[in-house]
Amino acid sequence: MESVPMIEVRDLTKRYPGRTAVDGLTFSVARGEIVGFLGPNGAGKSTTMRILASYLPATSGTARVAGFDVFHQTDEVRRRIGYMPEHNPLHLDMRVREYLKFRARLKGLGWRRSRERVDTVIEQCSLRDVERRIIGQLSKGYRQRVGLADALVHEPDLIILDEPTIGLDPHQIRAVRALIKSLAENHTVLLSTHILSEVEMVCTRVLILNQGRIIAADTAHNLERHLQLDGQVIAEIAAPANDLRETFRDLPEIERLDIQPIDGAFMRVALTPKNGHDLRPIVFEQVRTRGWTLRELTRDRHSLEDIFVHLTKGRKEDQ
Amino acid sequence: MSVFLTLVRRELGGTFKSLTGYIVIAVVLLLAGICLVDMITKLNGGVTEAPVTQMFYQSYFFWIILLPITPVITMRSFAAEKASGTYEALMTTPVGDWQVVLAKFAGALVFYLLAWLPLLGVLFVLRQVTHQPEYLEPRATAGAFLGLTLIGSLYLSMGCLASALTRSQIIAAVLSFLMGVALWVISLRPNAADPAQGALGRAFDHMSLMRHMEDFARGVIDSRHLVFYVTSTVFFLFLTTRVVESRRWQ
Repeated sequence: MESVPMIEVRDLTKRYPGRTAVDGLTFSVARGEIVGFLGPNGAGKSTTMRILASYLPATSGTARVAGFDVFHQTDEVRRRIGYMPEHNPLHLDMRVREYLKFRARLKGLGWRRSRERVDTVIEQCSLRDVERRIIGQLSKGYRQRVGLADALVHEPDLIILDEPTIGLDPHQIRAVRALIKSLAENHTVLLSTHILSEVEMVCTRVLILNQGRIIAADTAHNLERHLQLDGQVIAEIAAPANDLRETFRDLPEIERLDIQPIDGAFMRVALTPKNGHDLRPIVFEQVRTRGWTLRELTRDRHSLEDIFVHLTKGRKEDQ
Repeated sequence: MSVFLTLVRRELGGTFKSLTGYIVIAVVLLLAGICLVDMITKLNGGVTEAPVTQMFYQSYFFWIILLPITPVITMRSFAAEKASGTYEALMTTPVGDWQVVLAKFAGALVFYLLAWLPLLGVLFVLRQVTHQPEYLEPRATAGAFLGLTLIGSLYLSMGCLASALTRSQIIAAVLSFLMGVALWVISLRPNAADPAQGALGRAFDHMSLMRHMEDFARGVIDSRHLVFYVTSTVFFLFLTTRVVESRRWQ
């Protein structure tokens, strides 16, 4: 069993009348990974997740969860996944504990086992304070945790979370992210988001989707490096603009130079490197030898946002 | 089985936590009360031949209660869950489609029977007031409640189908109300077993709910009626299951 990937998707396509939501998707997820689906709205994230949760059929292609086909072996698949749908639907008239117990029973846990597991997930998701409250009266952050607790309650191998942090305030987002990260020890997690910093923080691997296709798949770090986007350095130096220009213009590592006055004697120097060189030591060396004053030196880390814009722009130009 | 019971409990819990559940109970109570007054008035007018259960069925109160409450009871079952999205959460657990359909139907049926309980009270009061126990023959009463259950099952299964077809509770209620009224109107035809009628006329005659009710209220349990209600209920529940499955058709 160990050798079977947790998720294996091949040429998965889902067509709705007049629209292709998922277009020939192929990817696999190994056990223990936290994989992020990243993409704009309508990229096919939710549809793919619904197919994996065997809620919707695919038009063509195959998808397997833990070696079981999501269409033909529905029950086996459903037993192994904890799925939190988009918008996290809950029975708002139920109490937290009652709801989790109900869900545990639906997922086939016995009476005693479901009580144990509900206790565990209530602890795990910090719901102890609200376990007797009615879900409809809880804040969004708590509701989200109830949804997560539901996804966890039957100890699934794979947890699928569709936009788990949408609509939360920053505090709640941090709490939910920490919770998801803590799941990685025992579960495989597939989550979707359109918040780029989220995958960067939480996921071991990113799949970037656009218009139903994977346009990039790698770790966030590798994506950055691979695309050679990194490296613009910003320095704020107190020196005459001409001196600065003369100094940096002739350095072989520098591709482009831009100098703008900011306040007082300080200039904002933006330097773009050739071939991904790190320019910070070079700048510092120059400042030191010439006796200038340096008050800030930063390198723009290209975020996934840039990668994303870069990739999707490239696609549009192709078409 | 335990999953099924969990689902039924949830259905009932949902009904009792919703306002509609209490409105249904209140309406049935009110109408049963009016019905009681009506029957007492009639009994004051002189001795009647028929047992009171039959009087009750003939008084149209049964239909006034049945036709509107069954759509209201079933309109939530699928439509509300679809609208709120919990349907997706439900259908991605390892629960069979038929299990969900049966549980929703059973939940509706149990609630329906609970809503009818005041009628038993009405009959009991009538018996106390009239001091004439022959008005309330146990066999006729049992028959009447059996008829009420069977007709209710048919109407509730139609309601489940309507609810599975849409995500709007209003549309579900209107649809099942229309189906219910259509079936009732068929029953209203002058029920002469006229040999001049064609096969269709005879078929309609067999479907006449009024005829069935008359028998039930007299305490006569005709196997033809039983077969009619059981098969038609199963048929509508089967259709509902197909609708639920249709999500996975390509």
